[in-house]
Amino acid sequence: MGRTQAKTMSSMSSPLGVKSLLVFTVLMLAWLAGFLSRLFAVIRFESIIHEFDPWFNYRATAHMVTNGFYNFLNWFDERAWYPLGRIVGGTVYPGLMVTSGSIHYILNLLNIPVHIRDICVFLAPIFSGLTAIATYLLTKEIWSPGAGLFAACFIAVVPGYISRSVAGSYDNEGIAIFALMFTYFLWVKSVKTGSLFWSSLASLSYFYMVSAWGGYVYIINLIPLHVFALILMGRFSHRIYTAYTTFYILGLICSMQIPFVGFQPIRTSEHMAAAGVFALLNAVAVLKYLQSVMTQAEFRHFFLVAAGTAAGAVFLAVVGLTWMGVVAPWSGRFYSLWDTGYAKIHIPIIASVSEHQPTTWFSFFFDLHILVATFPVGIWYCIKNINDERVFIVLFAVSAVYFAGVMVRLMLTLTPVVCVLGGIAFSRLFEVYLKEEEQSRPQSGDSSDDEDEGEKNNKYDKAGKLRKMKHEQQASNDGLGVNIRSMVIVAVLMILMMFSVHCTWVTSNAYSSPSIVLASYSQDGSRQILDDFREAYYWLAQNTDTDARVMSWWDYGYQIAGMANRTTLVDNNTWNNSHIALVGKAMSSNETAAYDIMTALDVDYVLVIFGGVIGYSGDDINKFLWMVRIAEGEHPKDIKESDYFTDRGEFRVDSQGSSTLLNCLMYKLSYYRFGELKLDFRTPPGFDRTRNTVIGNKDFKLTYLEEAYTTEHWLVRIYRVKKPDEFNRPRIPVSQRKVKRRNVYLTKKELYSDHDTSKRRRGIIKNRPVVVKGHRPKTKLT
Amino acid sequence: MSSATLSVVIKNFYDEYMKNTPKKLKVVDAYLTYVLMTGVLQFVYCCIVGSFPFNSFLSGFICTVGCFVLGVSLRLQANPQNKMQFRGISAERGFADFIFAHIILHLVTMNFIG
Repeated sequence: MGRTQAKTMSSMSSPLGVKSLLVFTVLMLAWLAGFLSRLFAVIRFESIIHEFDPWFNYRATAHMVTNGFYNFLNWFDERAWYPLGRIVGGTVYPGLMVTSGSIHYILNLLNIPVHIRDICVFLAPIFSGLTAIATYLLTKEIWSPGAGLFAACFIAVVPGYISRSVAGSYDNEGIAIFALMFTYFLWVKSVKTGSLFWSSLASLSYFYMVSAWGGYVYIINLIPLHVFALILMGRFSHRIYTAYTTFYILGLICSMQIPFVGFQPIRTSEHMAAAGVFALLNAVAVLKYLQSVMTQAEFRHFFLVAAGTAAGAVFLAVVGLTWMGVVAPWSGRFYSLWDTGYAKIHIPIIASVSEHQPTTWFSFFFDLHILVATFPVGIWYCIKNINDERVFIVLFAVSAVYFAGVMVRLMLTLTPVVCVLGGIAFSRLFEVYLKEEEQSRPQSGDSSDDEDEGEKNNKYDKAGKLRKMKHEQQASNDGLGVNIRSMVIVAVLMILMMFSVHCTWVTSNAYSSPSIVLASYSQDGSRQILDDFREAYYWLAQNTDTDARVMSWWDYGYQIAGMANRTTLVDNNTWNNSHIALVGKAMSSNETAAYDIMTALDVDYVLVIFGGVIGYSGDDINKFLWMVRIAEGEHPKDIKESDYFTDRGEFRVDSQGSSTLLNCLMYKLSYYRFGELKLDFRTPPGFDRTRNTVIGNKDFKLTYLEEAYTTEHWLVRIYRVKKPDEFNRPRIPVSQRKVKRRNVYLTKKELYSDHDTSKRRRGIIKNRPVVVKGHRPKTKLT
Repeated sequence: MSSATLSVVIKNFYDEYMKNTPKKLKVVDAYLTYVLMTGVLQFVYCCIVGSFPFNSFLSGFICTVGCFVLGVSLRLQANPQNKMQFRGISAERGFADFIFAHIILHLVTMNFIG
């Protein structure tokens, strides 16, 4: 609340020194508040990298710090995507790693030994402060310093941005939002001044953004859109020409320095709009110049000739480029932005990520709270007092609202503009209701003071064109008494207070979980830490060969590589869909078929996440349908999604579930020996707390795998894939067996193993069957 | 007839230009023409010979376009007719900005040329 008080004071009239001191203090406080509220995770848990992608970023950063920048750029990671490997240097946005690496380097130069992990953990909170400052600068350019301070305070604590920048969430977005806002600020500045200096800075900032996040495409489309809109509105000026052409050319050649981006800026359709606007702007500038030199009639004549040739040239160029196939069509991720159903049909791997789902109305309010209601007011003010840079913020707002509606993840680009516009709205509101209070006193004495007060008001809105507003403001305030004003102010302050309370609450409850360390609360409020993930990864690191290959679903690839330092088959960089589909196929076929895939892929260990014991809903069984879908996309003959549903189309793991599901590898690995576990006295054995059912297939054995490790709460289960000699023994025909099999669920395996035996019998003679026999009673007993 | 009018238009334009353009701007225009020629030459070369070291071609071509665009911007800022649009940017300031942008452009180009 101190923030808002300080803010309102800053907009009062005061000498320059006091004013800048106030601005400085408010920004510092905003930075501090933003930094501190992002530390929940560190305080509750520890200084640890969160979630999935940050683990890769951390691993890459650590690699860069130990091996140097050039080795990092040339890094071929043979521990990922076994057996393919991954060219990390060429498939990564290096901005994040370079940023934290250089901070580490500077601190070490200053003899401040900090572990690179701590820098990675605290990078996003520190950059949130820089984002606040960039937002302040942008809002100041667009509206007024007062609105800028509001916007800075909002962006510092708004949950929509905190969700991606809590301590430990070491991801591209953390620094990219800063780069985004700073680029926009420099762009607006360069449009206002027309200075080459500012637009060069804008392109440098754009370069930083390109190096940090794939979302740079948003900038390189929004800025041309702005220019295009300005041309259409007849607001072309030479300032726009200098600003845009310089920004585009420098930004173009800078962005091509990033290996991952490469020639994309001139090859793909996403970037073509910028090039088109560049050409258009040049054409417009030439025409304007000729118009200034020639007479009206001459110009008209010339215009026809020039327009004809230009249209012909552009047409030829487009046809030629398309014919040569130089310009690539839009990528799938890009299509899914326009057609929200596209990903679901064509690219299940994109649709399977929860942050790519469409946004619900609830999450708009959850992430933005009161700002979601006030930012249309800001847009209204901007449209009402339109000028070049306000066109920009309006376009920014409209496009960001659309994208945020398409994907939850893009809420992140909406948040800053909502803060800017919310800041404008609140600043206007306070201007109206606080200023008039001072005005009311002289009003009673002398009504001619009005004019002066009005002039004074205008000082705070530095962006010109406020004449109109003054009149309107005075007209609208005619009937406002002191009581109404104070009531409104108190109400707005209450709303702001509720906003900050909401922000803190959301941050602490929703966004501060590292998700590799879980916490559960018992009834008396005491907290229990579930550290199963790290337990399992540590077990892998200590008990397996250094080159052991671990198969898991792709979500856990980065964590296994980062924490256990073992080779993974697939990871969160989902560049190879068919490889992921192969893993999905292994997980969703029965044990025998899966064993073939696993031997083909040299898998040594299989890792599954199972939440049935503690009721953790993000486990592999709940993700299982996506595995099936992705596998079906590549192997439609072997895997069919409908097989995994019951006749009534339900996905259930209890005794009514489909037999394909109850016999697939993922089911067996998740529920192996779960039927023997009785969790408490009220529930029968084998009761799955996540899905609230008793599992269907309780009593089964694994033939090709053996349980290697299960963590304390069964959250992570690791299985070792047996070598062929470990399970393959002479087969006794069913009629000669003394012990008859009772397990119905193993019949499928027998069906398959018939034709396998002839092949494998040869191997048995070489190896000693005696050793293998020793295993048999053991597995039976346990 | 149309070609006749066009030639008249061009002639008028030429006279107008020679009469009304300050000398400083003419120097800039000469530089721009030179850069434009270089760009056309590069493009023609690329069309005939091919763009094999693609990044070398790109860096050369983009650098030329960049020089041209920066030159145009400098000309716009130096033009006394545009004083109103570029408030606060003197000719000297414009030239300093021009050099600053050029430093960035050429550093990046050198890095990219391979």
